[in-house]
Amino acid sequence: MLANLSQLIRYRGLIYSLVARELKARYRGSVLGFLWSFINPLLLLAIYSFIFTTIMPNRAEGLQPYAVFMLCGILPWNWFSTSLNEAAGSLIAGGNLIKKVLFPAEVLPIVTVLANMVHFFLALPIVLLVLLVYRHWPDPAGLVWFPVVVAVQLVFTTALALGLAALTVHFRDIRDILTNVLMLWFFTTPIIYFYNQKEVQPFKWLFNLNPFTHLAISYQEILFFNGPFGHWKWLLTIGAVSLVLFAAGYWLFDRLRDSFAEVV
Amino acid sequence: MTAIELSNVTKIYRKYSGRQFATLKSALLQRSILSELSPTETFPALRDVSFTIARGRTCGVIGRNGSGKSTALKLVAGITKPTSGSVTVNGRISALIELGAGFHPEISGRENVFINGIMLGLSRREIERRFDEIVEFAELRDFIEAPVKTYSSGMYMRLGFAVAIHVDPDVLLVDEVLAVGDEGFTHKCLDKFAEFRRIGKTILLVTHSLGLVERFCDEAIWLDEGRMRTQGDPKRVVDAYLAAVEKSEDALLATTTAKAVAAVAPAPAEPPTAMPDHSELKNLFQAVEGRWGSREIEITRVTLSGGDGDSFIFHTGEAMRVTMTVLAHAPATDFVFGVSFFNADGVCCYGTNTYIEQMDPLQLEGEVEVTFDIDSLDLVEGTYKLDVAVHTCDGYPYDYHRLLYTFRMKSRTPDVGIYRPKHHWSFSPGIRFKETH
Repeated sequence: MLANLSQLIRYRGLIYSLVARELKARYRGSVLGFLWSFINPLLLLAIYSFIFTTIMPNRAEGLQPYAVFMLCGILPWNWFSTSLNEAAGSLIAGGNLIKKVLFPAEVLPIVTVLANMVHFFLALPIVLLVLLVYRHWPDPAGLVWFPVVVAVQLVFTTALALGLAALTVHFRDIRDILTNVLMLWFFTTPIIYFYNQKEVQPFKWLFNLNPFTHLAISYQEILFFNGPFGHWKWLLTIGAVSLVLFAAGYWLFDRLRDSFAEVV
Repeated sequence: MTAIELSNVTKIYRKYSGRQFATLKSALLQRSILSELSPTETFPALRDVSFTIARGRTCGVIGRNGSGKSTALKLVAGITKPTSGSVTVNGRISALIELGAGFHPEISGRENVFINGIMLGLSRREIERRFDEIVEFAELRDFIEAPVKTYSSGMYMRLGFAVAIHVDPDVLLVDEVLAVGDEGFTHKCLDKFAEFRRIGKTILLVTHSLGLVERFCDEAIWLDEGRMRTQGDPKRVVDAYLAAVEKSEDALLATTTAKAVAAVAPAPAEPPTAMPDHSELKNLFQAVEGRWGSREIEITRVTLSGGDGDSFIFHTGEAMRVTMTVLAHAPATDFVFGVSFFNADGVCCYGTNTYIEQMDPLQLEGEVEVTFDIDSLDLVEGTYKLDVAVHTCDGYPYDYHRLLYTFRMKSRTPDVGIYRPKHHWSFSPGIRFKETH
């Protein structure tokens, strides 16, 4: 396990190049290129604001401007769900590498997670822009926690990505199941509604079991709500859980590693 | 010093049967995730293979398709792990198993060279230092900035080869990659390999080009159905391999022929609507396999034999003997024996009979043998079929065997056409050729 981790560090050059390639290749040939990293979240924001401020408005006290509130949760969620969707198929897509080149397979899911993290970072200026437009200032003290949330989410996402990528090689159905599970997961996570909303209260224990609930709340508290970041205990717990998950995911990946070249 | 060592290596691949096509649903329903991950049917690609290759040697691996050559190479490369046994390799490996395997179509050749190089274990700086050399070798100077998806397959392959060869490996593994690419580039690759040999690198070469093994390798390994048959002097190994291939081909042709004969034997002895007569050679252009005739006189057995007994394989210039065992159910006075050869395109290469050759029949009774001897069978390489017949002088068929007997011509000279006339070349003193061994 530790040997594997040190291997990962050895592959950092490879991971770095592959992430760079992924980003370059993503928009290669499109007219707007990298601008899409900004346009996509903007369009998303436009759609959600139209629906939740005009069609079915949420006028809950303290959640205004509602568009900003949603954006804080949706962007990390996009990073998370896109990473998992892509990671699940990453070994199959990279089959050529695994079968024909001596290639550390774990690099593939990790690269998808990191590439999507870069997209997430590229979308952050949008948040800044929206905050500026609405003159809604987050608490500077809370912002210190931002890298921590990102780190926790990175570990959490990578853990799931490794496990899913390894299992999907054997059970291709996972890709389809995953799409639906992620849809369900999105709506059961307080992203487009608020955790303290009274309708949520009876199921609060259930929401607490969902790691992404705490990530979403952390993002919301840091970027949206004024006041001290109070969710840190939960965040650190999830961080610890993520580390355990990561070890488990990596272990599973390692167990199945030898089968990849044959089954892919 | 040993460069590559395999000791008692067995590699078993799993075969997943169609029904259990690894779906999560079925696994969940049958609660058999674990059993489904474990092999249900297995296929041994390599069985207890051991060999060592000393540093600086060039070794060719030959064997039929499915004999485990590529598996052996992948094991040496470390891409797959042996089921049992151990593989030891000393030094940096570069595997030319699939060229350009990591290329991304959307980005430029330059960027791909860097990423591919890093995948193969080079550092960015090492690639920078060798970049010009790589591009020069791939002959892609004008296209290196273009996305790889615009490359032709030859360009793609050349770039892949150029990167892999510049990894500066101690051990180079090559899997049949020379089969692609044009003549010029193939030569360049061979030159590069020769350079590797000179500076004492180890090369393991999987190929079907036996000539290459003979010319280029210090030793050869012959794998057969996952087992190691022999290792040693390339000439000797290649000859042994060719002999074995010929033998199994022979067996295959024997069964083909036996099947063809068996299929037509019980057929009713009805003459065909168009009776073959002296113009039979013309009709034979549309020949299909079959047997017909009244069977008053019957050809009960046909054997082909060469210098060393019954065979279905002949080498150009060898003698061939066709022996027919003929049974006359009643004494006959009107009979003609005929023989003709067809190539795979259905072209009659040669046909003759006793009537054309002005032998007047007098008497035939009981079981007799007819022998047709060719002193030198001068047909070019290929598969041929044989007709034999016995009929009356005016063409009424007693027993006609059309295309039932298959044999194969082998030749070390890849000349073309149908027939190789006895020939030789002479040159005036101004012309000289390199000595050939």
